[in-house]
Amino acid sequence: MKLRRSMLFLPGANAAMLSTAFVYKPDSIMFDLEDAVSLREKDSARILVFNALQLPVYREIETVVRINPLNTPFGHLDLEAAVRAGVDVVRLPKTDSAEDVEVLEREVERIERACGREIGSTKLMAAIESASGVINALAIAKASPRLIGIALAGFDYVMDMQTERGDGTELFYARCAVLHAARAAKIDAFDVVWSDLNDEAGFLKEVDLIKRLGFNGKSLINPRQIELLHNAYAPTEEEVEYAGRVVTAAAEGERKGLGVVSLNGKMIDGPVIDHARRVLQRAEASGTRK
Amino acid sequence: MTDLAFDLLDRLPRFDGFAKQTPYLKDPELKRSRKICPSLEDAIRRSGLKDGMTISFHHAFREGDKTINTVVDLLARMGFKDLTLAPSSLLSCNAPLIEHIRNGVISRIYTSGMRGKLAEAISHGLMAHPVNIHSHGGRVKLIQDGELKIDVAFLGVSTADCFGNANGISGRSRCGSLGYAKVDARHAGTVILLAEEIVPFPNAPASLSQDEVDYVVKVEQIGDPSKISVGAARITTNPRELLIARLSAEVMVHSGYFEQGFSMQTGSGASATATTRFLEGYMRKKGITASFALGGITGGIVDLHKKGLIERVIDTQSFDGDAAESLRTSPNHIEISTNEYANAGSKGAYVDQMDLVILSALEIDVDFNVNVITGSDGVMRGASGGHSDVAAAANLSIVVAPLIRSRIPTVVRRCTTVVTPGECIGVLVTDHGIAVNPRRPEIAQRLKAAGLPVMTIEELQQRAESLTGEPRPIEFLDKVVGIVRYRDGSVIDIVRQVKG
Repeated sequence: MKLRRSMLFLPGANAAMLSTAFVYKPDSIMFDLEDAVSLREKDSARILVFNALQLPVYREIETVVRINPLNTPFGHLDLEAAVRAGVDVVRLPKTDSAEDVEVLEREVERIERACGREIGSTKLMAAIESASGVINALAIAKASPRLIGIALAGFDYVMDMQTERGDGTELFYARCAVLHAARAAKIDAFDVVWSDLNDEAGFLKEVDLIKRLGFNGKSLINPRQIELLHNAYAPTEEEVEYAGRVVTAAAEGERKGLGVVSLNGKMIDGPVIDHARRVLQRAEASGTRK
Repeated sequence: MTDLAFDLLDRLPRFDGFAKQTPYLKDPELKRSRKICPSLEDAIRRSGLKDGMTISFHHAFREGDKTINTVVDLLARMGFKDLTLAPSSLLSCNAPLIEHIRNGVISRIYTSGMRGKLAEAISHGLMAHPVNIHSHGGRVKLIQDGELKIDVAFLGVSTADCFGNANGISGRSRCGSLGYAKVDARHAGTVILLAEEIVPFPNAPASLSQDEVDYVVKVEQIGDPSKISVGAARITTNPRELLIARLSAEVMVHSGYFEQGFSMQTGSGASATATTRFLEGYMRKKGITASFALGGITGGIVDLHKKGLIERVIDTQSFDGDAAESLRTSPNHIEISTNEYANAGSKGAYVDQMDLVILSALEIDVDFNVNVITGSDGVMRGASGGHSDVAAAANLSIVVAPLIRSRIPTVVRRCTTVVTPGECIGVLVTDHGIAVNPRRPEIAQRLKAAGLPVMTIEELQQRAESLTGEPRPIEFLDKVVGIVRYRDGSVIDIVRQVKG
């Protein structure tokens, strides 16, 4: 159960950020070769990211590369570089259908074979950025066993919907659709970026909303947001204490061979135990909420 | 009368009227205004300044200083040569001095630091004699020991009365504490005040007192306070500075010295200012207050003082307008000289009572030696400041620095120049992790117990090198352009001229 609360975006062409970003300890780091890289820097960014991925310091953190769409002149080159450099996850932008994922998967497998990488070791995630993508979310989420999650990308989506970012109403259906698709496919779901860096209160309000909806986490554009997000996702001391008792009781039940365990008169079943483990995992990662 | 009494009387002067020693007392107008000079030129002539003598200045206005350049310009026009320039420090704004060094007006320099074009020119061999680089406390020691004999001190003040009672907290251009100037006023042969405003006698508080001042001259502007510390009062939004600040606050908290009544110094860097802010939360949580904060004082420290979290603020240099204003208004914000601040030869320096200090570094090597004077290109671009003074005396010295600046490693195998010896540094905090000096195993143990990311300094150095590659060594010529004096006056290192 990999913790994925924070996925930090890094512009692939920024060498200084590439060489130090891991110090902020996001759950995943996403090197962007797509929108954050200008046309004339596409090649240099790809080379930088190819080299950064091989730094020993990135072995301890999940790496993601957002490639350009495969129907652009850069997409295939990006994919070759990312898979050969050993990236953990390839993120496909502008995913409208299951077929987009299937095409990507075939390409990834071809490159894995070509470079001698273990088949299936490159994981995938798909970003949904259009009305079609949202409608097809379930098919997309189930399109490949390599998929670890799907993400909603807000900017292009609201453009496609002929609206604009506001209080979140404009994303309501898309969030719910993407989230349900992810849960039905048993993969992770990531929310949109919050772009107003100076509006911490607004950011935290949105984090509170998406956490309650059930998202695993959020894409982030600045390291300053990591700690805020992790703290918002951190359980309270009471929650940790209760989760500890749930896990202990479950272990006790298992040891005694009991089918059903109860704690303080309440029945503890699989989902409750899973939730308790997630609580403890978040506490282990970032302590309790401050 | 005995022969003995005759002998004695023979040697004592005979009374010769009430005003023999004080002729101005015969003239009611002269008595009051005898120190006021109509012009700076007049004051200089009356001071008896001659070629080959030593002149001094304070640098409380930092990049906003207008006194040093103005006075040296005038001395050049008046034809002075071969002067020793001994300001408490020099900054980028002092670039016009290059011309006066070329023309032989200035031939020697004592300073805490230098920056900008002047520092580049000196690093490239502008001067025949090497510059002596001293710490703030070390400067006072050199003066007391007689090596640095100040003949004429030119001290900019925002207000003075006709007798020379002066301060930096009233009037228009306020720099706050006159900690450096207090030393010069006490020790210089002749003291000339350059005052922006002459106020009615007696001016109070008298940071510089009438009994130490020879002449007072009114000038248009002594400095621009808005340039004392551009942006230091801002709270940084740089994530790396915030990360370092959060870590260094946690190091302070878990150091073993974070107890009721602790003392601290945090300096003016962005990370240091942010550290102060993080510390507030920890102090409140633990319910403790600091007995005093020392040093260069910023708005961040003043803020904690106003909130009752720091009882007394001990100020030898005010780094921004908030600090200057607090010095003016708070009875517990106290102005001290650099002798009281950090002189190893003083009978009591505040640094000796210090618990925790946050210090910066241009480079720190695997033996924890710190360079705050030369850049990675060998060019001088910093200041010794109070670095070695506080590091030597504080219970725990914490150096904060990013592991890499742009593509240049900060943690290196060997410092280009050593200003503060590694034996005085307890902890290094970088954005990649924390290293504790092996001399302080108890600190390492406390920080590890608190779950902080403690690594060895060698690991940090190797991490830096793995990210940047090994830098090519700097090429130096034989000529010595700077002598780094430790706080006791001894030579700790030299700076050679850079090639090219």
